[in-house]
Amino acid sequence: MERILFGDNQFFAVNHISDEKSRAQSIKFKEDKTILDTIDIARDLGTETFMCTTHDRIINICEMVRQNPEKYKNFSILPCMPYAHKYANAVTELGIVGTIQQYVPGNFLGTMFKGGLAVMSKDYLSIMELMVDAEMKMFKKINTPVIFLQNVVTDLLLGLGMKDILKAYHDYVIKKYNVEPGFITMNMPKLLAVLESVGIQNPIICSSINKAGFRMSGGMEIYEKTLREKQVRAIAMQVLGGGAIPAKEALEYVCNLPNVSSILFGASSKQNIAQTISLIHEFDEKKK
Amino acid sequence: MIKVALIGAGKMGISHLSILGAHPDVEIVGVADTSKMVNDVLEKYSGFKTFTDYKKMLDAVKPDAVFVAIPTKFHADFVAELLNRNIHLFVEKPFCLKVEQSEKLSAIAKEKKLINQVGYHNKFISTFEEVKRLVSGGHIGNIQHFLGEAYGPVVLKKKQDTWRSDPEEGGGCLMDYASHVIDLLNHIVAPINTVHGSLLKPIYSNKVEDAVYALLETENKISGVLSVNWSEETYRKMSTSITVIGSEGKIISDASELRVYFKSANCPTGYSKGWNVKYVTDLTEQVDFYLRGEEYSAQIDYFIKAIKGEVPNNKNTFESAAKTDKVISLIKNNKNNA
Repeated sequence: MERILFGDNQFFAVNHISDEKSRAQSIKFKEDKTILDTIDIARDLGTETFMCTTHDRIINICEMVRQNPEKYKNFSILPCMPYAHKYANAVTELGIVGTIQQYVPGNFLGTMFKGGLAVMSKDYLSIMELMVDAEMKMFKKINTPVIFLQNVVTDLLLGLGMKDILKAYHDYVIKKYNVEPGFITMNMPKLLAVLESVGIQNPIICSSINKAGFRMSGGMEIYEKTLREKQVRAIAMQVLGGGAIPAKEALEYVCNLPNVSSILFGASSKQNIAQTISLIHEFDEKKK
Repeated sequence: MIKVALIGAGKMGISHLSILGAHPDVEIVGVADTSKMVNDVLEKYSGFKTFTDYKKMLDAVKPDAVFVAIPTKFHADFVAELLNRNIHLFVEKPFCLKVEQSEKLSAIAKEKKLINQVGYHNKFISTFEEVKRLVSGGHIGNIQHFLGEAYGPVVLKKKQDTWRSDPEEGGGCLMDYASHVIDLLNHIVAPINTVHGSLLKPIYSNKVEDAVYALLETENKISGVLSVNWSEETYRKMSTSITVIGSEGKIISDASELRVYFKSANCPTGYSKGWNVKYVTDLTEQVDFYLRGEEYSAQIDYFIKAIKGEVPNNKNTFESAAKTDKVISLIKNNKNNA
């Protein structure tokens, strides 16, 4: 995994502190070409990995990447699935069963109900597998070394104690795609303990890690202790703490933490992208 | 450990269940839902005891507290039964379809001294709490006018009907979306007791409104406007905002950003004359388990703490939710469009 990963929140109007900034971003990135141009800026600065949610607009970005195989030969995407708002809005309108009917390919549920209600455990897991496959379609022929489960789903399963489904996701990604499974969470120490309990060693976990303690559930101390004492390939996201910490201070903190393999960041301007990348390199150098 | 059961494992129910599952003081003793598939999944993968008949569940598992997350039209009967069994209750919003039901149930809960809370989670968002503090403290002077808004992309095309598209079952933008804004306005400004006119407009739906516009007035004669639309595709998710105009300043706040203008230097600590901006990240307290916003975890934690007697039962009570139900019915009854 690369040390620096380029994220996508800025492209899809995800701003944790300002709706107005979100709107400005959606105006700036109205055209898919502008998104790819910004990814190219990060690539030119040495960040060849783009981590993104399986938003509908990524379909077109992937298409543009496929059309230029030479240009993007070192480029890879880390998909994060599912794009939760699509499903959340659908559940509000259609209910849980209605949503599965709408998004799971084929008439899977119909078939299940036809066979009476004696649904086997493996059938639920096949729903999960079909949904993973549906989300992965857009990345055909693109290098996707890690496939992430989004935090809303990871944390929902974590709270519900559904560790077998987390394990099934993990195993399916390896079996079907032969790449590494990853988990995004807002509850890293709790998740790591649960993953270890089902035999997943040294997992890739992406979570908020920042000097302000923002979205580090349970507190920073337990996060720092986990990083120091446990085996985990951590990816730090929201390193600026939602904008609360100045960039230099923020990056110095994450660069000096043990077990943080990668740092995920998003930015819209060339200047901010370049500044972040060079600061990470600078602090990494100092550490050596 | 507080023994908690859930009735209704839909979108909100499952979300509550996950947060409860991670709560150190909670033991989940049962789940009741009418969907055999949902029950099956929860039994197999979470190991919860599930039931299709909620009364059988209550008899079998004897919970201390129950979360009720079923369509609003069922709330009155279920809540009455649960109160009768002396169970502490967390009920999803809106509370009841009829104000008389809400008021009656609120009185029973109070008399029996049972902890009662309704899921208006905006009151647990730190920016809105700060708005409440500034308004209640008189920091922006006498309130002259307010604006409450919510927009989001729920119904974006004509589709099949569900309970959310049936006004008899508590569906529609007024019950589902506008209720949040009304509840917040009642809390921050003052209880609304007059509706001077309202428009309930369908955009894509057949039977219910997709947008609500109304002219409101509080019991202390402050005027305001309500503007809510759930067929708004320029929003990525539900976005709620409140504007309050006072004689000494003005506040504009949503769930993530608070902007306050003070006319003079006479303002509270941390603020100065002119515009001030604060972010939810500066104001929010950390939660122990995060699922989809600190407020969802915080409201559940507050309810559990209230049962344990650690905090007063004064946030989102049945009584305050009944006041919101009253405004909802006033808006329905003062509809100006045919």
